[in-house]
Amino acid sequence: MKSKDFDVCIIGGGSAGMAAAVEVVREGYSVALIERDGNLGGILNQCIHNGFGLHRFNEELTGPEYAERYSNILKKESIEYFFGMTVTEIDISGDVKRVYGFSAVYGMVEFSVKAVILAMGCRERNRGNIGTPGTRPSGIYTAGLAQRLVNIDGYIPGKTCVIVGSGDIGLIMARRMTWIGAEVKGVVEIQPYPAGLTRNIVQCLNDFSIPLYLSHVISQIHGRDRVTGVDVTPLENGMEMNEKTFHIPCDTLLLSVGLIPDNEVPKKCGVDLNPETGGPYVDANLMTSVDGIFACGNVLHVHDLVDFVSEEASRCGRYVSEFLRKEHQSKADQYPVRAGSNIKYVVPNNYTPERENKFFLRSMVVGNNVELLLKINGEEIRRKKVKHVQPSEMISFTLKEKDVINMGKYKENTLEAHIVVQKSKEEGKKLWKER
Amino acid sequence: MICISCPIGCRLTVSWEDKEELSDEDIAVQGNKCVRGKEYGQEEILAPKRVVTATCAIRSEMTLRVPVKTNRPLIKRHINGLLEEVYQMNLEPPIGIGDVIISNIAGTEVDLVATRSIPH
Repeated sequence: MKSKDFDVCIIGGGSAGMAAAVEVVREGYSVALIERDGNLGGILNQCIHNGFGLHRFNEELTGPEYAERYSNILKKESIEYFFGMTVTEIDISGDVKRVYGFSAVYGMVEFSVKAVILAMGCRERNRGNIGTPGTRPSGIYTAGLAQRLVNIDGYIPGKTCVIVGSGDIGLIMARRMTWIGAEVKGVVEIQPYPAGLTRNIVQCLNDFSIPLYLSHVISQIHGRDRVTGVDVTPLENGMEMNEKTFHIPCDTLLLSVGLIPDNEVPKKCGVDLNPETGGPYVDANLMTSVDGIFACGNVLHVHDLVDFVSEEASRCGRYVSEFLRKEHQSKADQYPVRAGSNIKYVVPNNYTPERENKFFLRSMVVGNNVELLLKINGEEIRRKKVKHVQPSEMISFTLKEKDVINMGKYKENTLEAHIVVQKSKEEGKKLWKER
Repeated sequence: MICISCPIGCRLTVSWEDKEELSDEDIAVQGNKCVRGKEYGQEEILAPKRVVTATCAIRSEMTLRVPVKTNRPLIKRHINGLLEEVYQMNLEPPIGIGDVIISNIAGTEVDLVATRSIPH
């Protein structure tokens, strides 16, 4: 087995890994970047549609363009790449961290490093995660897999398809399938509102008159060797209305039913995971529960925009440099952050009063003209109007130094974020329809 | 109407006078946060356009497909014709990012460009 020494090992060469790598290497630290695929960019390479980079590069790019912009920035830096390599284990027992990876080219390699950045992204939830009854024919794909087949490998996955779940990848694939000559019979969503961005409902479904069945589920998959059709059942008050079930003939079923941060390797070495995000708990420096292991991007929590991933990963890279210089705020000097009413999660899970803190959070409710309320020790410190919230749209806020100036009376100093909304769930549904 | 110019998705209210020959000035757009929202609202009434992205076959050792896009939004009725043409093509590397694959699509002055470099 080969041994290699670096300051930092970054696992994953997608948008998060690339952004973190630039920041760390520019501070003079040696970086090993491990990527499972043969090139940089990760999922961006198969996301050939546009809409990336509006925040980061101030222009609208496609996924491959965004990836190439970033990899061109990386080309100017001396980063050592390990392509085609899979990481199987991180050993945290010694003074240094040991990352074990293997590839066809290098064989088994042991990396001895001072810090690890997790940037592995996420994977798709599949049929097993949603428990759809029926036979097990071919023709059932996750939307991302179908996207790879079409855009990278040049295959057509099927001729007539139904899409389950209205996540962005599913919506994008509805348009892509239509543009490669397939017929998309409909998108079936269990929730009363769509999971993807509104613009994608408009340009991927409405443009092609593809029906969106909200509050509907797939109640049966038919077919022996290949999918022949699906049964779709409407939900009313959470109950399946079996008498209203209808059949859609199709030969392909695409699943776009959510993403899960890919944390199998960190879990094995004792990194604590947050059940709300599926990613690690992180402190104000994006460091996990294991000293010296950091996380950013979709492995931490699933983002809606790649621009936010790059921004978060850049910050992570800077925090790692501070950690290596031993200038970072230790966990003992940080205070906890909690998700309050109507909020599914807030990341990171700690803040430091020494500098600005940036947070991402996800709403559990749909509402217009709501308020984001921040409290420390139960006392209101800030209130911010938010025009529209829905679970699929991530919200960010910054806790400024002046916000925390008067605290210190209490030991805990817990920061709580709440979404204040007067609307009921039924009104939320109505609000969506009115838009 | 919902603006699709960027992921924010502003909710636009578009109103216009009832007359035969509409132009930009006759169409009022409200609810937009930027100038692109106004342009989108007006265009959507006069001649809806979309950016088209697809992939094209390429004879390369690196990959089988090269991603392409229109450099500006294309009038909707030309989209299917463009896709037909793209799917008939088989490109030769090297191709650089931004290289024009088809110029002046159907006389609209919109070009189809590569969105990834394929050096060999």
